[in-house]
Amino acid sequence: MVAPSEKDSARTNRRTTSERASDREMVTRRTFDAPVRLVFEAWTTPALFKQWWVPKSSGATLLSCEQDVRVGGSYRLMFAHPDFETPMPFFGKYLEVVPESRLVWTNEESPEGAVTSVTFEEQDGRTLLVMRELYPSKAALERAIEGMDEALPEAFEQLDEFLAARVTGAGRH
Amino acid sequence: MAQYSATRFDASFAALSDPTRRGVLEQLLRADASVSDLAERFHMTLTGMRKHIGVLEQAELVTTEKVGRVRTCRLGTRRLDQEAAWIENYRRTWAARFDALDTVLEELKRKEKRDGRPK
Repeated sequence: MVAPSEKDSARTNRRTTSERASDREMVTRRTFDAPVRLVFEAWTTPALFKQWWVPKSSGATLLSCEQDVRVGGSYRLMFAHPDFETPMPFFGKYLEVVPESRLVWTNEESPEGAVTSVTFEEQDGRTLLVMRELYPSKAALERAIEGMDEALPEAFEQLDEFLAARVTGAGRH
Repeated sequence: MAQYSATRFDASFAALSDPTRRGVLEQLLRADASVSDLAERFHMTLTGMRKHIGVLEQAELVTTEKVGRVRTCRLGTRRLDQEAAWIENYRRTWAARFDALDTVLEELKRKEKRDGRPK
């Protein structure tokens, strides 16, 4: 498994990197070619947030988005997806709000929800973003990342591919 | 060598072809479990579950260890492949989101250039 080190995180290109930092924590890094004030604005203004939080490729639609971005303020997102019978709410509270620097919020739709913290750091007009998702337990993290886009069947598909490659390799002898 | 790989493949394919055994693997992704726990969870006899575990062990998908009277099952060495696949999937979800954010930021930059920076 290749985990990017702190130093060679995506500072010079736009590649998103994710690693498991501990049993309970995922860390994702990405650099944006824009000053931090614009990146922060896009995270904290509902009209802008709605344009990117749910990419078309996910198949889901964001029906509504309310954000009261201040310490103790709440947010609430409603999603529709062809697989859900009714819209799914996501909600929580902002624990820390430091303009153009740091956001921390809870995910309270499930007792296994993570606490998400995002830090924004400007470097030469670009913004390095580091997002940490800290889950209440190892099992909660594993259930969450396994559930993302049905990762498990996909993992099994990859195992199948791995096996298929082995068989092709064996056939050459 | 070829023979060895083909045998491994047969074992893995056979192991994954059964829904109970796939269920056992999913269960072990979450936590280690004893054979009797698994038998109970999948409503099977101990003997029946032992057979399934034997097939998974042969395919190196599961390893077992007996301590006292309890045989504990855990995912075999391929667990790392599974976890790498999870993380890659997680990364892709965020990458798609952040690519969409790039588009929003480009638009904001264009607007600022056109209208000047708001005070």
